Amino acid sequence: MKFEFTAVNLEKIERILPKYPDKKAAVMPVLYIAQEQNGWISGEAVVAVAALLEMRPEEVLGVVTFYTMYHKKPAGKYHIQVCTNVSCMLRGGYDIFNQVRAKLGLENGEVTDDGRFSLEEVECMGSCGTAPMIAVNEDYYENLTEEQVDKILESLQRS
Amino acid sequence: MEKIVLPEINNLHLIDVYIENGGYTAAKKALVQKKDDIIDQVKKSGLRGRGGAAFLTGLKWSFMPKSDDKPKYLCVNGDESEPGSFKDRQIFEFNPHQLIEGTLITCYAIGARTAYIYIRGEYHKWINLMQKALDDAYEKGFVGAKMKEKFSTDFSCEIYIHKGAGAYICGEESSLMNSIEGKRGYPRVKPPFPAQNGLWGNPTTINNVETIANIPAIINKGWEWYSRIGEPKHPGTILFGVSGHVNKPGVYELPSGTLLTDIIYNYAGGIPGNKKILCVIPGGSSMPPLRGDQLEGVKMDAESLKAAGSSIGTGGIMVMDEDTDLLRVLARISKFYFHESCGQCTPCREGTGWMYKILQRLISGQGSTADLDLLISVANNIEGNTVCALGEAAAWPVKFTVERFRDYFETRVNSQTSLPTANKVHSMRNTAFPLSDIIR
Ligand SMILES: Cc1cc2nc3c(=O)[nH]c(=O)nc-3n(C[C@H](O)[C@H](O)[C@H](O)COP(=O)(O)O)c2cc1C
Ligand code: SF4
Ligand code: FES
Repeated sequence: MKFEFTAVNLEKIERILPKYPDKKAAVMPVLYIAQEQNGWISGEAVVAVAALLEMRPEEVLGVVTFYTMYHKKPAGKYHIQVCTNVSCMLRGGYDIFNQVRAKLGLENGEVTDDGRFSLEEVECMGSCGTAPMIAVNEDYYENLTEEQVDKILESLQRS
Repeated sequence: MEKIVLPEINNLHLIDVYIENGGYTAAKKALVQKKDDIIDQVKKSGLRGRGGAAFLTGLKWSFMPKSDDKPKYLCVNGDESEPGSFKDRQIFEFNPHQLIEGTLITCYAIGARTAYIYIRGEYHKWINLMQKALDDAYEKGFVGAKMKEKFSTDFSCEIYIHKGAGAYICGEESSLMNSIEGKRGYPRVKPPFPAQNGLWGNPTTINNVETIANIPAIINKGWEWYSRIGEPKHPGTILFGVSGHVNKPGVYELPSGTLLTDIIYNYAGGIPGNKKILCVIPGGSSMPPLRGDQLEGVKMDAESLKAAGSSIGTGGIMVMDEDTDLLRVLARISKFYFHESCGQCTPCREGTGWMYKILQRLISGQGSTADLDLLISVANNIEGNTVCALGEAAAWPVKFTVERFRDYFETRVNSQTSLPTANKVHSMRNTAFPLSDIIR
């Protein structure tokens, strides 16, 4: 699928460039914009970003693959991230991870067939004091109980 | 008790409230003084970095060259990805302007005209809060070209937020700079140090968010006042993040040198079910753990913790009660460092994976006490042999947990061992060659 930045996004990018003395430095924010527009970073998106920032596509790809937050394949409409690192683990992080797995029928890294949900086990999210936690796309849900997780998932399933 | 970084003032995140409470007066005061005098005050205050290494902040600033032939930069490190750390996020949310004001003063002192605040990508919400504060500060003329008028000086600087994208290693200062430059976040070999050769080859200083948020108070109330708070060798208040098995987890701003037991039992409300403590990691998951029966009298500052055999790190206190499966915790910690190793150095890339595998083997009941020595040996071979300190961050928890809880692990392993010890090293490899392939 062809990828082209929308006019609005090109404008956004114009505003980012002056923050750095070097075009290439804008690659991370520009990739975020590409991801927002496309849902994930496709090969075409990599090529478009590279052309825009006068980089080699492989250089851009190197950045994409280094950072976990750039999706290398389409994520679900609701990307569910469950922290299982120590502070969460001590307060039931794995129970919640397993609960989400069972409820959505997903293993780590999978997407539901209808493309609505994806699941990712993540490292510490900085919510250790409000553990356990999950994040749905950009939103944190903290201090969770099993019932609350059920409620969150059900409301997402209905929406 | 006085709070410096997170004072209890309602709506302090709003610029008007911040100004009403004396906000931006420290910048006004600082910007008419000599740069070296500012550095001197920070030196004398005794402020030490809150990002992990507790390095003297004033001393770090003094490494910046005085000449102006190259642009200089400040990076404010808000990557905050160390498991057990969640303190900088409170500053973004509750006191963003103090961070901005500290950034202005620091830029002035080191001669930087541009600062990047690097915030981990998962903190979308806090990035937005910080951006809002920054936009307000720009609009009111505290940052950017309008500063000159506002503060009646000829200094001005720009502050930008750079959003990370999910790599723990980008908290390491040289990796952070590569990340800002738009590269993969690989740590750089040092020397050269950032003060000589940092962002785009120019002199750069990197400081933690909490470190910078302390600066306005030092300027306004004086270094003497600051140096008298808490432990003389590591003065000031520290944001202690308490997590795990405590009744009231959260961030507590307390004078350095506060007793660890005081933090756990008084501030964080003790252990649920009044259980005993098995283990405490006092400074984020990279730091050596302390045994539950060795917490008495341990003070929370860099020197005291060093004496107690650990380190202050980021002040993230992780508490584990007596029913914790320490083997699983250690395996989880190892998995983290294995996942986050950037892969540049063989000892770190391979060693973190080996340690994780050995620990998994122990969990599955296929291990033996010889594996405990093997773990220490692998950890020792990582330590000191890598480009960046992630090597130590991965090695220390394994080495010190196994050493300090040897009795725990031996009992655990002996009670479940089912295999003889001989073929352990072989099964460590993830290979299934038939022997004939190897012995030709
Ligand atoms: C693997 C690794 C991760 C780090 N992560 C962070 C971090 O998230 N935040 C931080 O401030 N410092 C982090 N540091 C420490 C920084 O390299 C640097 O020492 C610190 O930001 C300096 O600030 P300070 O002097 O104010 O403490 C990390 C170091 C290593 C080796
Ligand atoms: S020690 Fe590990 S994380 Fe650091 S540079 Fe080497 S491989 Fe990368
Ligand atoms: S361990 Fe889960 S948020 Fe820190």
